[in-house]
Amino acid sequence: MEDHGIPVISLSGEKGGDILLSLSGRLTLENLEMVDRELRSQLAGLAPASLTVDLAGVDYLDSAGALVLVLLEKGDGSSRTIPQRFVNVTPQAERIIALLNRLDLNSQHLKSVEHFSIFEYAGEATFYIIRGFRHIMTFFGELLVAPFHAVRHPRLVRWDAVFVQMKRVGVDGLPIVGLISMLVGVVMAFMSALQLKQFGADIYVASLVGVAIVKELGPMMTAIIVAGRSGSAFAAEIGTMMINQEVDALVTMGLNPVRYLAFPKVLAAILVVPLLTMYSFIFGIGGGMLVGVLGLDLTVFTYVQQTLKAISTFEVVSSLFKSAVFAALIAGIGCQRGFQARGGAEAVGSMATSAVVSAIFLVIVADSAFAIVLHYISN
Amino acid sequence: MKPVSSNEPAICVEGLDAGYADKVIFDRLSFQVERGELFVILGGSGCGKSTLLRLLIGLKSPSAGRILINGVDITTADEMAMNGVRTGIGVLFQSGALFGSMTLAENVALPLKEYTNLSPDAIERVVAMKLAMVSLAGHENHYPSELSGGMVKRAGLARAMALDPSILFFDEPSAGLDPITAAELDQLIKDLNRGLGTTVVVVTHDLESIMTIADRVIMLDGKKKGIIAEGDPRELKMHSQDPLVQSFFNREPLKTVL
Ligand SMILES: Nc1ncnc2c1ncn2[C@@H]1O[C@H](COP(=O)(O)OP(=O)(O)OP(=O)(O)O)[C@@H](O)[C@H]1O
Ligand SMILES: [Mg+2]
Repeated sequence: MEDHGIPVISLSGEKGGDILLSLSGRLTLENLEMVDRELRSQLAGLAPASLTVDLAGVDYLDSAGALVLVLLEKGDGSSRTIPQRFVNVTPQAERIIALLNRLDLNSQHLKSVEHFSIFEYAGEATFYIIRGFRHIMTFFGELLVAPFHAVRHPRLVRWDAVFVQMKRVGVDGLPIVGLISMLVGVVMAFMSALQLKQFGADIYVASLVGVAIVKELGPMMTAIIVAGRSGSAFAAEIGTMMINQEVDALVTMGLNPVRYLAFPKVLAAILVVPLLTMYSFIFGIGGGMLVGVLGLDLTVFTYVQQTLKAISTFEVVSSLFKSAVFAALIAGIGCQRGFQARGGAEAVGSMATSAVVSAIFLVIVADSAFAIVLHYISN
Repeated sequence: MKPVSSNEPAICVEGLDAGYADKVIFDRLSFQVERGELFVILGGSGCGKSTLLRLLIGLKSPSAGRILINGVDITTADEMAMNGVRTGIGVLFQSGALFGSMTLAENVALPLKEYTNLSPDAIERVVAMKLAMVSLAGHENHYPSELSGGMVKRAGLARAMALDPSILFFDEPSAGLDPITAAELDQLIKDLNRGLGTTVVVVTHDLESIMTIADRVIMLDGKKKGIIAEGDPRELKMHSQDPLVQSFFNREPLKTVL
C-alpha cells in the first residue's frame, strides 16, 4: 500500500470544549482498528463538549471508516453522547455517513437458543433431557400399541415396507456380519490355542469358541453391526422426512407416523436380526474351526462334535431371543432419534450419530440384564 | 367422510392464543372462513402466517381458544374425530413434501389406499385423473427428484386433492416459482375452488396472486399479535386507512431504510 494512504489524525481545541478533529488519508476497513484505537486514546483525556470532524484531507472513506467516525459520539467511554458535526465532506462520504446514521447500531442482541450462563445452560440441558425422556416414553408407548393395531387391522400393516426393510437390514448385512464373525472366531481360536496347547487341551478350543460366540459375541457383534448400518439409516431417513415436512404431510393425511414409518422397520429388524445372529454363529464357529483344523490338527468331525457338546439348545434359543430384543432396541431408538430431528441437515447428522451411540449403549445394558437373568434361569 | 352442512362456516377460530415457549404470537385471534370461499392469510415476514397454518391443520396446539374445522373442535378432538377431520382437508406444503421414496402415482395413491376400499385398478384410474387435473398426466412413474419445483408442487396438490377434501390449505404456493408457473398454479387453485366448490385457505406474500384469486383476506401483524385488516383485497387497497395495509398493497416500504 502506498505511503500517503496512512491516515493522519490531528486534534486541536480546549480540554472540555469544542474539539476540532482533522483527518487525512484513507479511512478503510484495513486500518479500522488502528484509527479507532488512536482516536479513542487521544480523545480520552480531552472530554470534548462537542466534536467537529474535518474530513478535508480524506482521500477515501468506506463504510468501516465511517463507522469509526459515527461511533465517536460514544467516544470517551461515558454514557453521554458527544454532539458531532462533519465539515468538508465529499458528497460520497456524506451518503455513507447518512446511511450509517439511519441504522440501529446499538440495538440489543435478541436472545437465541444459545445461552452462555452456566446456570441457564444447566437448566436448559436438564429440560432437554426431561423432554427427550418424555419423547422416548411416548414414542415407545405408541410403538407398543402398534402391534395390537396391526393384529386388528392386518390389512393396514405395510408388509411391502416390512419386506424392503428385512432385505436392507438382513440380506444386505450378511457379508459384513459373516466376515466380522469369522474373524472374531479366528482370533479367539488362535489366542486360546496358544494357551490351551501348553496343557495338551487343544480340543477345548472348540468349546471355548462355541460358547463365547453363541452366548455373547454372536448376538453382540451382530447388534453392533446392525446399529451401525441400520440404526443410523433409520434415524437419517426419518430425520430427513421430518425436515422435508414429509412427516407433517403424513400427519395431516391422518396417518400415524409411528405406525406408518417406525413399526415396519422395528418389525423387520425383530424378524431378521435373529437370523443374522444365527448366521454369525455359523461363521464364528467356522472361523474357529479353520484354526482348529489347519493349526491344531483337529478333524472337522471332532471339532463340530466338541462344539455341539459345549452348547445347549437353551443357550442358542435364549441368545436368539436376546438378539430379537436388541433388534427392537436398535430399530426403536433409531426411529425415535429420527423423529427428534428439528431444523436442518446438521440435525439429521447428529441424530444419526446419537442413534448409533444410544443403540450400542442400550444393547450393552440389556446384555448385562440378560446375563444376570439367564444365570438364574439356567441354574 | 362426514357430510358437511352448507351453512356452517368451514373454519371458525375463536379467541385463539398461541406462541412458542415464552413468546406470544397470537393474542385472542378470531375469524371465520365461509364455505366455498377463497381465503388468503397475508402479512409481513415473521408475523405468524405459517404458525397459524400449523394451528389450523392440527400440527400445533394453541394455549387457549377453539378451532372448528367443518364443525369439529380440533383442539379437543380425540384421535378418531381428528382422523375424520383430516380426511376432509388437504394440505399443500411449501416444499411439496412428496415422499421421496415413492413415485408420483404412489404418492397420490397413498391416501386412497389408506382410506378407501377401491380396487388397485380403480385407484390407478383415480390417480391418473388427479395427475391430469394438475397437468402431470403421464408422469405416474417419475420420482419427485426427477421433477422441477413447479411440478413437485402440482404433484403435491394432486396428492392433497386425492380424497376430494372440502378444505384445501396452501403454504406459499407461488414461493420459488417463476411468474408464469406461479400464475398457472393460481389459475389451478381458482379453478378447483370454483369448479369443485372447495374451500381454499392460502398463505402468501404474492400481491399478484392475492389480487387475482382472493375473495377475502386477513392481514396479520406481529406487533398487534392478531388481525389488522380483513375484507376484500381490492376494497382494502382502495379504502383502508391503515398505513401498514396501504404500504403492503402499494408495495412501498413502510420506513425508508436505505
Ligand atoms: N419453532 C419455533 N420456535 C420458536 N419460535 C418460532 C418457531 N417457529 C417460528 N417462530 C417464531 O414465530 C414467529 C412467526 O413465525 P412464522 O414462521 O409463523 O412467520 P411467517 O409469518 O410464516 O413468516 P414468513 O412469511 O417469513 O414465512 C417468528 O417470529 C419466529 O421467530
Ligand atoms: Mg412462513
